[in-house]
Amino acid sequence: MEPTETTPESRSLRVHVLRHNPQDPGSQPHLQAFDIEEADGMTLFIALNEIRETKAPDLQFDFVCRAGICGSCGMLINGRPGLACRTLTKDLEADIYLAPLPLFELIADLSVNTGKWMRGMSERLETWIHTDENEPDLNAFEARMEPQLAQQIYELERCIECGCCIAACGTARMREEFAGAVGLNKIARFRLDPRDARSDADYYELIGDENGVFGCMSLLGCEDICPKELPLSTQLAFMRRKMAFVS
Amino acid sequence: MQTIHTDVLVIGGGLAGMRIAIGVKRRDQECIVLSLVPPKRSHSAAAQGGMQASLANSIKGEGDNEDVHFTDTVRGSDWGADQRVVRMFTNTAPKAVRELAAWGVPWNRVQRGDREVVINGKRVTITEQDAAHGLITARDFGGTRKWRTSYVSDGTGHSMLYTMSDQAIARDIVVHERTEALALIHDGARCYGAIVRNLVSGELLAYVASATCIATGGFGRIYRTTTNAVINEGMGAAIALETGVATLGNMEAVQFHPTAIFPAGILVTEGCRGDGGLLLDGNEHRFMPDYEPEKKELASRDVVSRRMEQHMASGHSASSRFGDHLWLDIRLLGRQHIESNLREVKEICHYFLGIDPVTDLIPVRPAQHYSMGGVRTDHRGQCPTLQGLFAAGEASCWDMHGFNRLGGNSVAETVVAGMLVSEFIADYCDGADSETTLSSALVRQFWRRERDRLQQLTTAGGNENPFALTREMQDIMTDKVGIFRDGARLGEAVEELQSLLRRSRKIGVNNQVPGANPELVAAYRVQKKLKLALCVALGALQRSESRGAHFRQDFPQRNDSDWLRRTLASWPDEDATLPRLDYEPLDVMNMELPPGWRGYGARDHIEHPDTQQRMSAIEAISGQIPTGDRFALQQALMPYEHLLPERYRGRNARLGET
Repeated sequence: MEPTETTPESRSLRVHVLRHNPQDPGSQPHLQAFDIEEADGMTLFIALNEIRETKAPDLQFDFVCRAGICGSCGMLINGRPGLACRTLTKDLEADIYLAPLPLFELIADLSVNTGKWMRGMSERLETWIHTDENEPDLNAFEARMEPQLAQQIYELERCIECGCCIAACGTARMREEFAGAVGLNKIARFRLDPRDARSDADYYELIGDENGVFGCMSLLGCEDICPKELPLSTQLAFMRRKMAFVS
Repeated sequence: MQTIHTDVLVIGGGLAGMRIAIGVKRRDQECIVLSLVPPKRSHSAAAQGGMQASLANSIKGEGDNEDVHFTDTVRGSDWGADQRVVRMFTNTAPKAVRELAAWGVPWNRVQRGDREVVINGKRVTITEQDAAHGLITARDFGGTRKWRTSYVSDGTGHSMLYTMSDQAIARDIVVHERTEALALIHDGARCYGAIVRNLVSGELLAYVASATCIATGGFGRIYRTTTNAVINEGMGAAIALETGVATLGNMEAVQFHPTAIFPAGILVTEGCRGDGGLLLDGNEHRFMPDYEPEKKELASRDVVSRRMEQHMASGHSASSRFGDHLWLDIRLLGRQHIESNLREVKEICHYFLGIDPVTDLIPVRPAQHYSMGGVRTDHRGQCPTLQGLFAAGEASCWDMHGFNRLGGNSVAETVVAGMLVSEFIADYCDGADSETTLSSALVRQFWRRERDRLQQLTTAGGNENPFALTREMQDIMTDKVGIFRDGARLGEAVEELQSLLRRSRKIGVNNQVPGANPELVAAYRVQKKLKLALCVALGALQRSESRGAHFRQDFPQRNDSDWLRRTLASWPDEDATLPRLDYEPLDVMNMELPPGWRGYGARDHIEHPDTQQRMSAIEAISGQIPTGDRFALQQALMPYEHLLPERYRGRNARLGET
């Protein structure tokens, strides 16, 4: 755990957590409030661990990297999807409301099964490079790529599958199998990549319907909240245009 | 008791585990991967700066090859590494980068013509060759003589892990997410799988397998200040230790990374310094050239971290309300470079420090970063004392890092070990040795034992708090088993950790909620972590020399005469409070590169009696080989190619080589 230190002017925080454990037949969803002293540089990662260690040892949440790069800790922070680990309490009011990301299967309290959702999406959209040759010659030079293009691909590959865009998506609320910004951005990433042998017709098979590009209502909650600030609206519009040409 | 059968059980869903799974599946073995978290959330994703492989495409990599990578790695290890394994590694690393390129990693590429870079604090222009245009480029990293680190901006691990994980999905690799192996099933001679807890339902299951591979990463979370993810608790190494038969190698070899942001301990990549960033003290003086005139900020991590702490101890710190630290200065690299090649660094600085590294200095201080030690294996990745048990990646002691790992060699190891060890596992499964007549009574016995242990934690009326024990352990490790060590404080640490271990046997878990129960998880994990901590502390206490990252103030010299040996820790007596330590000598007479000066750091070491003899032998052998035939010379000095799976024996294409 990182060192924290209270300063004379530190605030008292009241963290309200939406709690529910579906494994427990007696559990009912309810808000529980925890009072803690704010410390310098305190993040929600530090605050939640302190609550678990001192007040509620059964409190469930997911953190892995605690550095904003692994996408584990997406949750509703005062109603808005975001990464808890890099949210500083000093940027929030003293009353903080935390709830699990909606639309994903609830594991317990703030922990949701984004992993299962993302694997399902990856299987449906086939989010991997499709090549004709199965076994690359590993002793030979790699295929060349324009430096600029490699950087453009990385730009879209920065997605961390945190699920915030799904939690913020109007269509995902109505369509369980909607690919969402996370899925459509991935297809845009592979479409950009010359190593992927798929054609627009192949992509159309994957996303050319209302669970794909034509389901998006352009509310663009995804772009507003994307923790990696990916250019999601541009990618959605671009893919829709490309797919419209195929159809 | 639900029992699940498979050919290969892989414990850990990071880069090493996933590449193992892909490799064995390709050889028609059934495989299940267990992962604490969705695999793309594994700590491999946190590797920022890059992956070493001697492609030599960039002009600053000109003249690089497997030989240079080999000597850099062995010197980096302070001669603790198994040199044959290092050879296997350096020959396979270019193939690993190229495989990942074919699978989709968007490696940064060489742009032909002039470009401006920062070297030793100055802007200089370098000119990339036309012939290299569009091939994979590289950046500079610590302890290397060439620019050898392939990268994807500063999200290299992320790109590698996503590509690998998506390739696994493409191959229908089964991953059981949110599961944790609590114990290996074994009969003292052979491993048959694991008892596994479902971290959603709390259910306990048996997984029975011909081969079991531990790929659970490092154990940084036994320290208070670490760059490691919260899941890096070393549980794979711990369950191997708890067999009483498998051994853990060189657990005292713990790396501290020079640039963790202060105080949060989050890593900013070595690429910052590789790309030209500088370390400054409280007076904004660049101090590294004063200590390390040869490599300056780019000496190996153990050396830079020690010099930083030394400089701070002599009164040159910067300070904040959190305490003392130093500065990392990347302002000289310019906005454009930072926003394209160091963008994660910029983001981390923004969110956790509220600063912009384009205009501000970054507060840094060394923090625990990497575990060179782990499950001791042979060159095949197999445990020599427990048949059917394998290990790969940071969880293993294969042993290519010895007492200090070079930056960029960790993600490289994960994939290379994944490629090689998966072939050996498949060979093992195809062979007659893997046939068993496993008794179901043995499986049930282990299942019951684990069930009873969990029950005891919740019902035996203990009064110790697992969270408090964890914190005390972390404080002891950071305060007494850190960068600078001495016999007195290590002795205290061993005593105190033993006391904590005894107390951990009296933990009482108050909550009995259905499901994973985080308090119960903390309870059984701290019992295991304390055993790992004792292996580290006792190993460090016994090793009365300084080697790589293990530095003893009371024994500041490297002592090849007494300590050119690998520590092997085992835990044969369940009720003991200390591991048993044995030592495995390294044979100087078979080394391709006999012990000497690393090219940075301390120059004085106590020589091994065989070193001179081996040097003369090497001179004699070299005289018989026609000049310029580096392959023949290598083969004559230390043959290793026969150790590689046939599929990976080829020579690597390189510009300017025929």
